[in-house]
Amino acid sequence: MPDKTYYELIILGAGPAGMTAAVYAARKQMDVLIISENVGGQTTWSAEIENYLGYKFITGPELVGKFEEHVNEFNVPHEFTRVTRLSRPGANFAIETDDGRTFTARAVIVATGKSPRLLGVPGEKEFTGRGVTYCATCDGPLFSGKEVLVAGGGNSGLDAVVQLMKICPKVYLVERDPKLRADAVMVSRVTAAENVEILTATAVVEIRGETFVTGVTLKGLDDGAMRDIPVEGVFVEIGLVPNTDFVKEVLRLNPIGEVPVDCAARTGIPGLYAAGDVTDVPEKQIIIAAGDGAKAALGAYSYVVRLPATDDWGRMST
Amino acid sequence: MAETSTKKVTIYSTPTCPYCRQAKDYLSGRGIEFTELNVATDMDARNTMVQRSGQLGVPVIEVDGQVVVGFNRGKLDELLG
Repeated sequence: MPDKTYYELIILGAGPAGMTAAVYAARKQMDVLIISENVGGQTTWSAEIENYLGYKFITGPELVGKFEEHVNEFNVPHEFTRVTRLSRPGANFAIETDDGRTFTARAVIVATGKSPRLLGVPGEKEFTGRGVTYCATCDGPLFSGKEVLVAGGGNSGLDAVVQLMKICPKVYLVERDPKLRADAVMVSRVTAAENVEILTATAVVEIRGETFVTGVTLKGLDDGAMRDIPVEGVFVEIGLVPNTDFVKEVLRLNPIGEVPVDCAARTGIPGLYAAGDVTDVPEKQIIIAAGDGAKAALGAYSYVVRLPATDDWGRMST
Repeated sequence: MAETSTKKVTIYSTPTCPYCRQAKDYLSGRGIEFTELNVATDMDARNTMVQRSGQLGVPVIEVDGQVVVGFNRGKLDELLG
């Protein structure tokens, strides 16, 4: 049987927004597909969740498991791949994926969330997975006994430092701003640690190594002084960026790359909706993403049922 | 149908890593038996993982000698059949 590539609705992303949209679309008996690289999105990384209704306390992975179980009740098809381009060549949307396939849909929900921001310095891409990591929780234990550097003086950066200072002989904490931005309680914990060297007003300018990372070049932003330090691990914790590169052709984004939406999760292009952290909604919360996912799916349903009928390949009947 | 059970599956993981947990749930959910190696404490396993995958990140999943870096479901579905 040839692989099906045309759907009424395709949901891009499987975090709280995408998965909730999938449940709502499935309950409307829409012909729906989810395309995502992973399941859970940022929720997967949340250690403790105490504000998602119905659970006084649940961990991120547990909540993601519950969401997935719920979606699976409806047997929604799921393609695990990365979307590289969204376009609208005709009446339908075209979605191209990393593995060279093209899907078409009458309506699309963009729920691709956010990814870690990159430093954007030489050596970063080359050594990703070879000493450069964006998940201290995952990979931190692999660096026990090694000297490491954490880039980012916000809460997630300091979380990484607190974890690493227990297992590493030396942790450098590098922040571009003159001051650490993390909560005071975290700052005092890190400042008190003897094996943590805090370098503010400092930028990472290069990551060096052979097979694996062996060191980093830093630049003092006040005096321009360069300094090489020997580290084997570089933990990048400098915030998140929306995953919207693939929609730029059809959508105008806000200055920080988010998809502007109205109160009905509409993007301004008929049939194209967006929900969750990828949008410009003011608060990034699991429950808000889930609610917006529901809105987007119900909007997409109303949109699709009003369109003329099509055949199995998405062609309008004449 | 029972063919997948004959494949040798090893997962290199750390106890704190959420994607390792998802990967293990995925394997268990499919009824696939696997060996778990904790690379946070098992240095031999860590060295093997680095040698086989050429990188330092978890999870690494080996299916009959084929190495998958990260919890890549598309790739695992392909290898596990």
